[in-house]
Amino acid sequence: MNVVSMNRIGKTYHLDAVDVPALIDIDLEIRPNCFTVISGPSGSGKTTLLNLIGCIDQPDRGEVIVAGEAVQKLSDDALSDFRARHIGFIFQNFNLLPVLTVEENVEYPLLLARVPAAERKRRIGALLDAVGLARKARNIPGQLSGGERQRVAIARALAPSPRLVLADEPTANLDSHTGAAIISLMREMQREHHVSFVFSSHDPKVLAEADDAVMIRDGRIEKIERREQREQRKEGTS
Amino acid sequence: MRTLSLALRNLLRNRRRSLTTLSAMVIGAVTVLVFGGYSRNITLSLQTSYVMRGGHLQIQRKDYFLYGSGNPAAYGIAEYQHVIDVVARDPVLAPMLAVVTPTISLGGIAGNFAAGVSRTILGAGLVVADRNRMRGWNDYGLPIDLPPSPLTGTAEDAVVIGNGVARVLELCEPLKVPNCPQRTKSEPAAGASAPADVAALSALEARPAAQPGEARIELLAANVHGAPNVASLRVVKAERQGFREFDDMFVGMHLAQAQRLLYGAEKPQATAVVLQLVHTSQIPAAKTRLAELLATMPQREPLEVQDFETLNPFYGQAIGMFAAIFGFISALIGAIVLFTVGNTMSMAVIERTAEIGTLRAMGLRRSGIRRLFMSEALLLGLMGAVAGVAAALCVAWLVNHAGLTWLPPGQVDPVPLTVRVWGETPMMLGTAAGLALVAVVSAWWPARRAGRMLIVDALRHV
Repeated sequence: MNVVSMNRIGKTYHLDAVDVPALIDIDLEIRPNCFTVISGPSGSGKTTLLNLIGCIDQPDRGEVIVAGEAVQKLSDDALSDFRARHIGFIFQNFNLLPVLTVEENVEYPLLLARVPAAERKRRIGALLDAVGLARKARNIPGQLSGGERQRVAIARALAPSPRLVLADEPTANLDSHTGAAIISLMREMQREHHVSFVFSSHDPKVLAEADDAVMIRDGRIEKIERREQREQRKEGTS
Repeated sequence: MRTLSLALRNLLRNRRRSLTTLSAMVIGAVTVLVFGGYSRNITLSLQTSYVMRGGHLQIQRKDYFLYGSGNPAAYGIAEYQHVIDVVARDPVLAPMLAVVTPTISLGGIAGNFAAGVSRTILGAGLVVADRNRMRGWNDYGLPIDLPPSPLTGTAEDAVVIGNGVARVLELCEPLKVPNCPQRTKSEPAAGASAPADVAALSALEARPAAQPGEARIELLAANVHGAPNVASLRVVKAERQGFREFDDMFVGMHLAQAQRLLYGAEKPQATAVVLQLVHTSQIPAAKTRLAELLATMPQREPLEVQDFETLNPFYGQAIGMFAAIFGFISALIGAIVLFTVGNTMSMAVIERTAEIGTLRAMGLRRSGIRRLFMSEALLLGLMGAVAGVAAALCVAWLVNHAGLTWLPPGQVDPVPLTVRVWGETPMMLGTAAGLALVAVVSAWWPARRAGRMLIVDALRHV
């Protein structure tokens, strides 16, 4: 079963007296255990689409099903609980809680998901080892570099063992070398944790890693390309 | 990591703003507590003063309180000794009692005929030993030390008068009253001798020979039949009486002397039986028990019980006035704290908008966001309350040890300026709880606004 299923989704923003359509008749399936990249120019609707997939915004039309749940039917509290259990977020600006240490930042979503203390401790240790920050577990975000912060954000997003991790331009604030390392790490974590990653990005390095690439323009899906199709296209070109 | 821990760290994150808010709360708490302590001290001082002089309760003839001052002799309690015996022996009342003593109140005219002056007075007939014990009552440990009555160990014709009476009757010189202005005697006194009728009455008294430098007064009062009676009395001392109006009218004498003035050769009575309790808080229980006892007592005269608050209406008025001022100050401080904490929390919400979006995206409910900001306000309120109470205790200690005095309204003697904060647990807890509550209430609106933010808008906030 697909992790996300979107049927004829529409979303319009109202700026004063002007209606600005952000998404028009979107049909999209996100496959499980896949690295999906949503790509397109600025203002194409990438972030809006990601917000709808992440259940932090509601469409005006159509139906969104995430992890088998028709999320529009959930109350705000139920939707919060749903996000806590099933969705992890990685933000462009990292968005770590500045007053918490690295391990506390990773622990926070586990508390929201009501994971028992012993299990929390086990998962935090494993994740910080995996992202290479076990030695900085007691540091606060202000003491970390940009790349380290994004590693903490990755660990935090994966902590509650979600079905889906969303990342809105996760390498935009990083230098190319660090960005590449982060993409590589995310890919590794995605495979290890058997979770679906959905990115919004127009970074070619990110696109190169994608299992599925969703091209969006002016609020419409222009093209969905599987890795195999891209590879066949490359082989054909060469 | 629970909500309170996160709230505390968020407060410490912006130390300067938190300290500014805390300072406002501390100043507010100190203002409320120091004034409250001052007000409380006034209340207890007044209460102690009244209880030392007039006890907590008085058993009187019915309606004496309303009409008795016009004709005290007509409202006497003939069986007062029996009443005292019943009350003192009662197993319920006895443990509550400090002193039970009869008293007589009378009105009359005191004259110093040698100086040609007289004035109306309020006389009190007292059992001196009992009154001396009453003067030792100091349940609140106040810096009040009333010496034994000057009537102690004196003959029956001895009286003590208020300083004001001494001044009007021109007795300051023989009584050696300090700071007592005396009328300039530029003209011969108009009434060098008593009126003939009063002089005749006075002559009926077995008047002892006046000693040189001795102060004597003639006291005229109406006896139980309405006929005038006069006594020549030796003034042993002029003594300040606390309240100016009382000081200008008071003549204290032995009970037997007062009884002789009012009842002559007839059976002596008392106008009231005074009860001083161990603690003021025992008044309701004592009144209930007295009502039961009086109902079963085969009295010819119906009796009733009055407490000191009824007998001294100024006490209630003073407490009411201070309570009103205290309430006004508390409301003012509460409003200041409300807006200060509200402003602090509003700024925190604006600054942490992206953080709110992140927490909501991760799955924290709206109520969780509200709880987070309310917890910050609660912590701020509790810290302000604790620091405020501590600061108020320090300020109170400084005031109490500064040796300041002041002159309360209606009193003739300056009293130590003290504030009673230490030991006033309900006031301290009430102020602390009030401060914490105001802080939480002030955070409600910003916290609600934070909880209702749209996640995507919050995440976009820079």
